[in-house]
Amino acid sequence: MYPELGQMSLILALLLAVLLALVPMAGAVTGRPALQAFARPLAAGVFVFIALAFVLLVHAFVTDDFSVSYVAQNSNRALPWYYKASAAWGGHEGSLLLWVLILAGWMLAVARFSRGLPLAMVARVLSILGLVAVGFLLFTLMTSNPFDRALPQVPTDGADLNPLLQDIGLILHPPMLYMGYVGFSVAFAFALSALISGRLDAAWARWSRPWTTVAWVFLSIGIALGSWWAYYELGWGGWWFWDPVENASLLPWLAGTALMHSLAATEKRGVFKSWTVLLAIVAFSLSLLGTFMVRSGVLTSVHAFASDPERGRFLLGLLALTVLGSLALYAARAPVVKATSGYTGLSREIFLLANNVLLVAATALVAVGTLYPLVLDYLGLGKVSVGEPFFNTTFTPLALATGLLMGAGMFSHWKRTDGGWLARQLLWPLAISLLSAAAVSVGAGGFRPWVFAGVVVAAWIVVAIVRDLWHRSASRRGRLHGLRRVGRSYWGMVLGHLGVAVTMLGVTIVTGFGEARDVRMAPGDAVALSGYSLRFGEVVTAAGPNYDADRATVTITRAGSDAVVAVLHPEKRRYRAGGQLLTEAAMDAGPFRDLFVALAEPLGNGAWAVRIQFKPLVRWVWLGAVLMALGGLLAVSDRRYRVAMPTAERAYEPPVSAPRVSNNQGAS
Amino acid sequence: MKRSLLFIPLLLAIALGLVLYFGLGTDKSQRPSALVGDPVPPFNLPGLADPGQRYTEAMFQGQITLLNVWGTWCPACRHEHPYLVTLARNLAGEQGLPVRLVGMNYKDTRDAAQAWLRDLGNPYQQVVFDADGTLGFDLGVYGAPETFVIDADGVIRYRHVGIVNEQVWAETLKPLIQTLKAGS
Amino acid sequence: MTAGLAQPTGRGNGRLALLLCLALTALASPVAAASADAQAQAGTADLYPFPSAAEQARFQALLSELRCPMCENQTIADSGAPIAADMRDRVYRMMQDGASDDAIVTALAQRFGDYVRYRPVFDASTALLWLTPILAVLIGAVAIALMVRQRRRAGAVPDVLTEQQRARADRLLTAASARRRSGGDGA
Repeated sequence: MYPELGQMSLILALLLAVLLALVPMAGAVTGRPALQAFARPLAAGVFVFIALAFVLLVHAFVTDDFSVSYVAQNSNRALPWYYKASAAWGGHEGSLLLWVLILAGWMLAVARFSRGLPLAMVARVLSILGLVAVGFLLFTLMTSNPFDRALPQVPTDGADLNPLLQDIGLILHPPMLYMGYVGFSVAFAFALSALISGRLDAAWARWSRPWTTVAWVFLSIGIALGSWWAYYELGWGGWWFWDPVENASLLPWLAGTALMHSLAATEKRGVFKSWTVLLAIVAFSLSLLGTFMVRSGVLTSVHAFASDPERGRFLLGLLALTVLGSLALYAARAPVVKATSGYTGLSREIFLLANNVLLVAATALVAVGTLYPLVLDYLGLGKVSVGEPFFNTTFTPLALATGLLMGAGMFSHWKRTDGGWLARQLLWPLAISLLSAAAVSVGAGGFRPWVFAGVVVAAWIVVAIVRDLWHRSASRRGRLHGLRRVGRSYWGMVLGHLGVAVTMLGVTIVTGFGEARDVRMAPGDAVALSGYSLRFGEVVTAAGPNYDADRATVTITRAGSDAVVAVLHPEKRRYRAGGQLLTEAAMDAGPFRDLFVALAEPLGNGAWAVRIQFKPLVRWVWLGAVLMALGGLLAVSDRRYRVAMPTAERAYEPPVSAPRVSNNQGAS
Repeated sequence: MKRSLLFIPLLLAIALGLVLYFGLGTDKSQRPSALVGDPVPPFNLPGLADPGQRYTEAMFQGQITLLNVWGTWCPACRHEHPYLVTLARNLAGEQGLPVRLVGMNYKDTRDAAQAWLRDLGNPYQQVVFDADGTLGFDLGVYGAPETFVIDADGVIRYRHVGIVNEQVWAETLKPLIQTLKAGS
Repeated sequence: MTAGLAQPTGRGNGRLALLLCLALTALASPVAAASADAQAQAGTADLYPFPSAAEQARFQALLSELRCPMCENQTIADSGAPIAADMRDRVYRMMQDGASDDAIVTALAQRFGDYVRYRPVFDASTALLWLTPILAVLIGAVAIALMVRQRRRAGAVPDVLTEQQRARADRLLTAASARRRSGGDGA
């Protein structure tokens, strides 16, 4: 009964979404506010019915309704209730439903927080989002219905959730990631709406900025959570594998980062409009591409989602319609601006543009690297793999260059920056960062080019931030007053850039100074690792709620002392329902280093092959992402986004049908 | 800036879409052996039935061979085995195809492997016993079952990863063997 | 990367001293005495022992260059598949025999195909892959250069401020942050 209700609910949501895609848009095109006014209630309706369907799906999971095929495939009676609930998005069908739910959530948010916007704009934006919702609801209902029943033969128990997914990581990571992915749909809808209306002005950029930033914040957190999850759950202590599925989430992040910066220039200076609008389309297109890559099985990946060519084709069709349609609209209507005035070769505009070039180059690199094996295979030119060594070689220089540019760019001014002045500003950051890298090299007992470069750039960013902050907080009424006077969006930038430096330093140090040993350990054995001693105790069998485990005890002391630093219990688990083996690593986490122990395999006589690792500053990789996200939130909370639009801008727009090329580049 | 430039993203997206469309159909489990076109690497291994017998790469000279890699630890091999038995029977009857079936028992124990052939039937004319997987490693075997087509000169022509069944035989292996035969 | 006791560097010697110290204190209790032997063997506990940390690091780097041919997408360091273990053994043995990195990777690629290289070789079919970042940056740089030149031609270079003027303007702008147009721009 409930599953049928869920399905009905989805169908109702689809009908409302169809109305949403048509009615307000028709109102906007014909200039009828009465029709435009349907946008908000229809968006709310779509959300309500999708949310109801989602709640019913979770209900089916929590109540062990194995008559629903999807529940039977992805859950099990023995599963703890919180994993039952999160198993709702542990498989293909449910994760799509989550995707659509989040899309509807963003629609609701736009409907709610758009009072300052012209009604026609709201109507267009919500209609476009409605159109995307129609596509994905159709996909869900036609190829991936989570409510399909397995009647009349109802299994007595479910097949179980993949053990890798029985983790807090599953509860948090996909929702966060999807919030980011799907969040770019708002910037996308704003961009298309502006293209349709022909009003590609600073107001459009200002409206898009907070939405883009919030989506980017979620995506940053989502990616960091995924990395953290892989680190402790995949078992081997890697935190980034350059796996297609990870790359799929990195692509919209890179494009979204470029978009945030380009939007800043467009809002402040009215420049790069065509470019910014293109980035908004590209960022969401890459989100869709990521969804496609993950859900269609077109790429092999360690995540190994079930693949189904039928679904793949449907999803590709959806992707093609959305992306090609919007790019065709872009080609036809984006403004072709003749340069008149504005900026010189050494202005903040150019720094932002150069940042965009590097970020887009990185995006292209990741996209090409991810898809290249597929292309070569299709052309019959051989089977190749593109993995970590390739990306480390090619991506690192781009990341370092971006960091250098970031440090210098913070001092730049709109329109024009005096070259000599800029050089003087950068003298200190340069000196201090070179010194820090030299100090690290001396401390480590040797020069290593990548470590040196990484530390230089991270320190360069930090010193540049401090120096710029020092400048801006100068005040006759004291430093504290000056600091308080600095705007929140500036603090947002400071935190965001600091986050980049922190992540960069973490990556550099853990890659450069991490240690790993594969050792044979019998009870009583001890090994030394980076100044610690790890003693292996007895391995006992332990029973979890739905698995049995071999559980080791590893006591860590400082080398040369008896003081216990930590007692770890790495496990090798066998899940009862499916018989899968899972390596559950144990780690002693700290702000400056992790000690990581994983059981590989039994070697007989109570001895095990054990992988032990010393991971200096590994937490900084994710801490940086948290700082970036906080920076984004601070920037969004800046008061200028809360100020209502001037009344002139709030007036109804005339139904413009030709692109109006505006050229207001004077005002900043 | 010209409007034509604005069409570049659209064209790129169309190209990408075509790649993805055709990429959807590809089978990623099949990878051609790196040794296709090369002679079977040198080896010197005992037979399964008779430890005293030594086999070398010379065994592949003179006749087209289907070399089937199997092990008793491999569930897919058990699944494949009945068809191999049928195939061997058909080949014995089929006049036109001068091909023999050779087994390579991979990373296995002699007793288990012999018991398996006794219980399930022996489709192989000869069985090489590669207990440590050294020949398997040199052949680039990464799992079982795998089946190699080796021509009469001892040169590897094809590798099939996974189970050989009626369809694989009829659509892939048989036509290939017929071409090889015509060419020799 | 450390190989425990047998380490010639200064850091290694320090660790050796620490370990000896630990071993001596451990002798004090009979329970720990057993593990004193283990301590003494710490250098040989490695599944793949190496004479130096540098060689150990080289081994780990080689493992991360190679893809397990059986699993979906894992290096032979991370994979639990039997074939990955065989490949690790081969890498180790070839290192013992003094083979170069290139020879080791090539030997494995000759058997299992270029598929096992995580770093594709640079040739005609992979040139585009390798050149993508350089091409993208070059195209971007040229585009920016053209734009800047176009703007300069248009003769609309804004006024140059002196340093003092600039600093003053900065102060004024930051002071205006209370208003809508804040001094920080979050760019």
